[in-house]
Amino acid sequence: MELTTVWFVLIAGLWIGYFVLEGFDFGVGILVRVLGRDEPERRAVITTIGPVWDGNEVWLIVAGAMTFAAFPEWYATLFSGFYLPLFGILVALILRGVAIEYRGKRDDLQWRSRMDWLITIGSVLPAVLWGLVFANLVRGVPLDASHEFVGTVGSLLNPFALLGAATVTVLFVAHGAIFLALKTTGDLRRRANRLASRCGLAAALLAVGFLGWTQGIRGDAASAVVAGGAAVALLAGLLANRRGREGWAFVGTAAAVALAVTSLFLALFPLVTPSSLDPAWSLTTVNAASTAYTLKLLTVIAAIFTPLVMLYQGWTYWVFRKRVTVS
Amino acid sequence: MPGKHVRKALMDTLDLARWQFAITTVYHFFFVPVTISLVAITAGLQTAWYRTGKDKYLRLTKFYGKLFLINIAMGVVTGLVQEFQFGMNWSDYSRFVGDVFGAPLALEGLLAFFLESTFIGLWIFGWDRLPKKVHLACIWMVVLGTQLSAYFILAANSWMQNPVGFRYNAERGRAELTDIWAVLTNKVVLVTYPHTIFAAFMVGGAFVAGVAIWHLVRRPGVDTGAFRTALRLGAVIVIAAGAGVAVSGDQQGKVMTEVQPMKMAAAEALYESEKPASFSILTVGTLDGSRELYSVKVPYLLSFLATGHFQGEVQGINPLQQSYEKLYGPGSYKPNIPLTYWTFRLMIGVGMTSAALAVLLLWATRRGRAPNRLLVWLALPLPLLPLFANVFGWVFTETGRQPWLVFGLLPTSAGVSPGTTSGEVLTSLIGFTLLYGVLALVETKLMFRTIRGGLAGTSPEPDEPDAAGKPLSFAY
Repeated sequence: MELTTVWFVLIAGLWIGYFVLEGFDFGVGILVRVLGRDEPERRAVITTIGPVWDGNEVWLIVAGAMTFAAFPEWYATLFSGFYLPLFGILVALILRGVAIEYRGKRDDLQWRSRMDWLITIGSVLPAVLWGLVFANLVRGVPLDASHEFVGTVGSLLNPFALLGAATVTVLFVAHGAIFLALKTTGDLRRRANRLASRCGLAAALLAVGFLGWTQGIRGDAASAVVAGGAAVALLAGLLANRRGREGWAFVGTAAAVALAVTSLFLALFPLVTPSSLDPAWSLTTVNAASTAYTLKLLTVIAAIFTPLVMLYQGWTYWVFRKRVTVS
Repeated sequence: MPGKHVRKALMDTLDLARWQFAITTVYHFFFVPVTISLVAITAGLQTAWYRTGKDKYLRLTKFYGKLFLINIAMGVVTGLVQEFQFGMNWSDYSRFVGDVFGAPLALEGLLAFFLESTFIGLWIFGWDRLPKKVHLACIWMVVLGTQLSAYFILAANSWMQNPVGFRYNAERGRAELTDIWAVLTNKVVLVTYPHTIFAAFMVGGAFVAGVAIWHLVRRPGVDTGAFRTALRLGAVIVIAAGAGVAVSGDQQGKVMTEVQPMKMAAAEALYESEKPASFSILTVGTLDGSRELYSVKVPYLLSFLATGHFQGEVQGINPLQQSYEKLYGPGSYKPNIPLTYWTFRLMIGVGMTSAALAVLLLWATRRGRAPNRLLVWLALPLPLLPLFANVFGWVFTETGRQPWLVFGLLPTSAGVSPGTTSGEVLTSLIGFTLLYGVLALVETKLMFRTIRGGLAGTSPEPDEPDAAGKPLSFAY
């Protein structure tokens, strides 16, 4: 395999890791006021993601840094082109991170209630905006001959991208609800389970619509098969959830998120940012890439450290495997 | 003329993007030094508890650990902006340097950020779930993460000061990495890393001591033993780190004279080359900064600082400007001289003052003496002085590199995103500034509240869980 292809796969892998992991903690954040009826419940809800959310977010930082290193042109075009959505994501992630960390630092109900609002907003906004960004990325954006984004914010708000935003958000809510059902007990668990079933069905419908439309825009056999796999995984997860097998249900939604993102990247390949003005102006894995020296170096680094990271992050989930009880 | 209009808009974008970088980076760096040092001090306190079993060390660990957590939360979220900003506002810079600059950034993410974030989670929630030894190892892993992060990001910054290990590809118009080892052992990073870390420990030590003196004076009789320990520990750290800052700063000055002579000349407002050169304590120049009017100087000192010899020649701004014009073409290669001159002096002056105050505190509490009540007035300035010294140092080193973004390779004006509008940059500039302002208030209030709250209860395990999985009061 070409080194540039290897790195396309690895970058896709980092985004998959990010969306699978932060996907559920966005979902949990969105649900904190919906499922948590009082302060002890909300505290339990936040505690389910407490030890892991920050590590999950680092997947985003590493995806960004690796894109910068392996595909500088892609990084430059992506981040400057999606300027305002990314600004919104940053503001949301800042509010959310501070609110999660500060909510318990004061023994004051009003303070905690305010922080919970910030967590909700800070979770919903990135989910919506990431959906918007990735849908537009697959659809193609107006890039000129020097790979500069020449569109406006308005051009990002097309029906396909809005469907993408809705799909990602509802899918994350379902994913988060199943995580909550897996990590809590009693009444909270029952409510999370029920909500997951309802949201999951909506997510499945939206995902089928969105991934189907993607096939219409830029599809191939491989991405279509994987998109189908995402739908099957989601439905299997919902079935497991119905039976109270929340561990398997979580595997199902995690696989659904992973396969859906995989399908988008497969549809994109070998482009990394298609130009809607002229196909010749698109960024590809080749014209966006760093030199072979840099890619080889990054490959060695990634080969050594990524397994290590997965090992100790996995250990964290093992340490905190117990369900959180409301007290 | 449309061309002129475009250039005007681009100028605006450039200025706004520079302001945004300055504001968000300085703000981010309010939290970095205290985080780097406070986590190591907390880890040291926890180690002391682990080895001696003394209750006061545990309570100090939890107290300063909580203050560390309040700070790192801000450091983490404002750090996100840093990484996004390169691509958002400086896309041509990213295209130019990505092949080189991306590698240390990727290393930082993969080696440092995962370590930090994962083990902080384990440390916060692991008090009762992990064996004592493993729990202690977790905080040391966070320390390792912060150190690695500092090294890699400073290696990236040092490459901008002194580009090494690359070749320029004229066809692609970009710098390409040829030797990562050269980038990671750049002579600039080898002196900048210790200087930055020592400077960080001055802030953390001063913070620990400042909080302790407040408690000793305002809450006499409450946890006096523990806060005495903290006060003396903090003061000793400030003094030791201060010595480290001085020695590493001296090394750095010599490297800077070699690789960025203009920055050294600007630091001293030295317009003509001198041999031997004297160190300016105070220079008043003309308003346009091109000529000096009045100055107080120490003979030979600058020669020694810059070259290591009392008779060494130090190049002045004007001859350097001439030689750069020959090398790079017409244009001004002078940084903002009053800014570099004053930030350089303030960095040294303010930093040395904090070390002197630490000596005073140590002396005032010698052999079990209770500190004088007036010393409470040092509680706030003590940590703020080295913090501002850090900021002055960064403003000096970054503005001293101007007009270059990457020294000798890429002017700052060539790095800004060509497609980004001034409206977009203005939106994010205003947005971040307002958000950061509000967060500063929230954070400061929470810090003061936590500090006033003092040490937690006297039971050896204040966070003892009464049921499996119960949320911990220490955490959320």
